[in-house]
Amino acid sequence: MSHPVWSWTFERVIPSKVGAHQSIVEEILDRLEQEQWSTHDVFSVRMALEEALCNAIKHGNRLDHEKKVAICGKMSPSRLWIRVSDEGAGFRPEHVPDCTDPANIERPCGRGIMLMRCYMNRVEYNEAGNVVEMEKERAGSVEPV
Amino acid sequence: MAGHRRVQVSNVGDVTVVRFVDRKILDEANIQELGQELFQLIEEDHRKNLLLNFSSVEFLSSAALGKLITLDKKVKAHRGKLKLSNIRPEIYEVFAITKLNKLFDIKDDEADALAVF
Repeated sequence: MSHPVWSWTFERVIPSKVGAHQSIVEEILDRLEQEQWSTHDVFSVRMALEEALCNAIKHGNRLDHEKKVAICGKMSPSRLWIRVSDEGAGFRPEHVPDCTDPANIERPCGRGIMLMRCYMNRVEYNEAGNVVEMEKERAGSVEPV
Repeated sequence: MAGHRRVQVSNVGDVTVVRFVDRKILDEANIQELGQELFQLIEEDHRKNLLLNFSSVEFLSSAALGKLITLDKKVKAHRGKLKLSNIRPEIYEVFAITKLNKLFDIKDDEADALAVF
């Protein structure tokens, strides 16, 4: 397996405040657009970042101003790798009800993780459930992941 | 009727047509406000038939989907009808992934939707 050449790395710490993640999300998406990633890839990464960071701020840290959310990542010409960490108690992703089950379809919550998994190539939580790593392979990329 | 900041509302016959002000429905505070404005149409303004026109919407998060699901419940509880239209393909994909395309009645455009109320 070849090792990707990371052309950009970043690391930010943001407060557990509604909307605090927007500037780093826009910065990452701007990078993708500059590198001419497809519109669908940019949409996909926006979805995953929005859901992961909102989950960390709201459900992980429960908007506790004493707690921070860390986001770091790296980008190569064909791949984006991101890690989002919060200081909350964590959760078990497998315990989140399947919102596509007819019994749960009218539940207003629980779709974020599913969307992250659909729009990224890899989404993995740590055992505690307060760190998530995600990877996106650029559309049309030939580099193996 | 109170003014709206997140939606534009018009009437076509007995159908209330709602268009979204925000192209990207993701800001938490805006989503809360959006939910209140939509719920108010049903609960306070007593409108029964709602058509949500998504032509201006380029992105929406799961929090916005949650508001739409709650709206659907409120419309049904008031024996009204809710339809969605003009959803661009990338947004329709979000509805399809979450299988909400089965919950909501989605039409291609406003004319198609208005014809089936």
